[in-house]
Amino acid sequence: MSLLEVENLDVRHGLLRAVLDVGFQVERGEVVAFVGANGAGKTTLFRALAGAHRPTGGHVRLRGEDITAVPSYRRVKRGIVLVPEGRHLFPEMTVYENLVLATASGRKGTWNIESALAVFPNLAPRLKQRAGTLSGGEQQAAAIARALITNPDIMLLDEVSLGLSPVAVGRVYESLQRVMHTGTTILLVEQDLNRALSVATRILCMRQGRIVAQGSAQTLSKAEIMEAYFGGQDMAASEVRA
Amino acid sequence: MSQLLNALIQGALLGGNYALLACGLAFMYQVMRIINLAHGTLIVVAAFAFWFLADRWGINPFVALLGVLPAMAVIGWGLERAVFAPSVRYGLLVPILATFGLAILVNNLLFEQFGANPRSLAPYIGALSYGSWALGGDIYLGQLAVLIFAVAVALLAGLSLFLSKTLTGRAIRATAVDRDTVGLIGVNPRKVNAIAAAIAMVTVGIAGLFLGMRGSFTPYSGMDLLIFAFEAAVIGGTGSLWRTLLGGVLLGVVQSLGALANPQAFLIAGHCLFLAVVVGQALASGRSFGHFAKKVRGWI
Repeated sequence: MSLLEVENLDVRHGLLRAVLDVGFQVERGEVVAFVGANGAGKTTLFRALAGAHRPTGGHVRLRGEDITAVPSYRRVKRGIVLVPEGRHLFPEMTVYENLVLATASGRKGTWNIESALAVFPNLAPRLKQRAGTLSGGEQQAAAIARALITNPDIMLLDEVSLGLSPVAVGRVYESLQRVMHTGTTILLVEQDLNRALSVATRILCMRQGRIVAQGSAQTLSKAEIMEAYFGGQDMAASEVRA
Repeated sequence: MSQLLNALIQGALLGGNYALLACGLAFMYQVMRIINLAHGTLIVVAAFAFWFLADRWGINPFVALLGVLPAMAVIGWGLERAVFAPSVRYGLLVPILATFGLAILVNNLLFEQFGANPRSLAPYIGALSYGSWALGGDIYLGQLAVLIFAVAVALLAGLSLFLSKTLTGRAIRATAVDRDTVGLIGVNPRKVNAIAAAIAMVTVGIAGLFLGMRGSFTPYSGMDLLIFAFEAAVIGGTGSLWRTLLGGVLLGVVQSLGALANPQAFLIAGHCLFLAVVVGQALASGRSFGHFAKKVRGWI
């Protein structure tokens, strides 16, 4: 039995079908990167997996149990947590308060505030600082640390490097590598293809709400990803970018 | 001079009462973004509960706190599930209309049950209702007024500590900011809001106790109480519960000074302060003034 199974998932934004008939499976310990152009449906898919957006069709199963209708806070208690695009820290609360809130999930495990700070040591001197005053990289670190403290089996990371400087992205990924070594299953949305290929065990490419290509990071060539990313008719553009 | 000092002292003590009245209203707005127009009516409900227990069964109102406050918490929990949560998802206006409807319904139920006669808890608390300490120079401190002020300070301090130091308090603050995100870190926002509503109703229960002790009330006293609570909350402003105390004290002092100038100016002085604060805030925000100026230019 797979850790996560997604079957024929449809998600709408009003009349717009943002995710269409998506299906995939994730095994324990995998790092799966979702790539695709803006509007491909990656963020909507992640929000649906986290329970923040109700699907209009299909199923999400965690360890074989159907959790399609389970609200987001209960999914966290069952082991799925989302680090949303834009971080969504509580800006007027301190870093410590942001982190300690995650203990409310009540899920036991190896992660706590101390172990999360060991992975993100740059947060330790900032605990009493208001989260809204952190730099972008520190905010991303705090958001990931907050998610880790819920002791997830699966962590969904949406747009890890969005809006961060290359140095900050490097630091965040350095810490993420340490998280990956603990065996936490990670699904991530990443616009930086090289980053995605460097950390992921598997790549899923989305276009117009569908998964159009998938494979292991070793077997899937950059050209194949680009073709899936932009579609055949836009290959000229994709070749330029590659 | 001693008259002025007396007016300031009595006004400040009166402010404690206003802060107590406004505490639940401000708490509910700050953490749930609900302007509860049934707030005053619910204070009257609590006052009637204390009166009923004292009148029918001879239970001292302070002892009755042990039963009334948990009952108010349950009412708050129920109101959150039945009225606040279903209405708040449609914006700020629908909860205002829903709680206005709730106030009318409860007013009439109270009238049906208890009639229009004024009631008071004063007969059940002995000398506390009229006892005072003489400070000299014709200045007296009412024992009940001092007690109410102390309770208001203790309540606001307790609530502030609860919100800043406990996990539930932090969850309440976080839910007020971003309800969706708290769900994403394992906090049930509906449960958190129900707890917040229960806490707000406990403060309403305490306000009801002192409403009954200070004077008399009828089933229709709620709207007058709402005005004072609303004025204290707005004058103090949002951001911290302590501002509610500041708003209450300012309102009480201005009313008291108004009464010193002219006995009939007691209420109007407070209303003028409220109006001045609202207009001042609108002008200070700049945006509102700019919006107003743009409209005027459009008319011209």
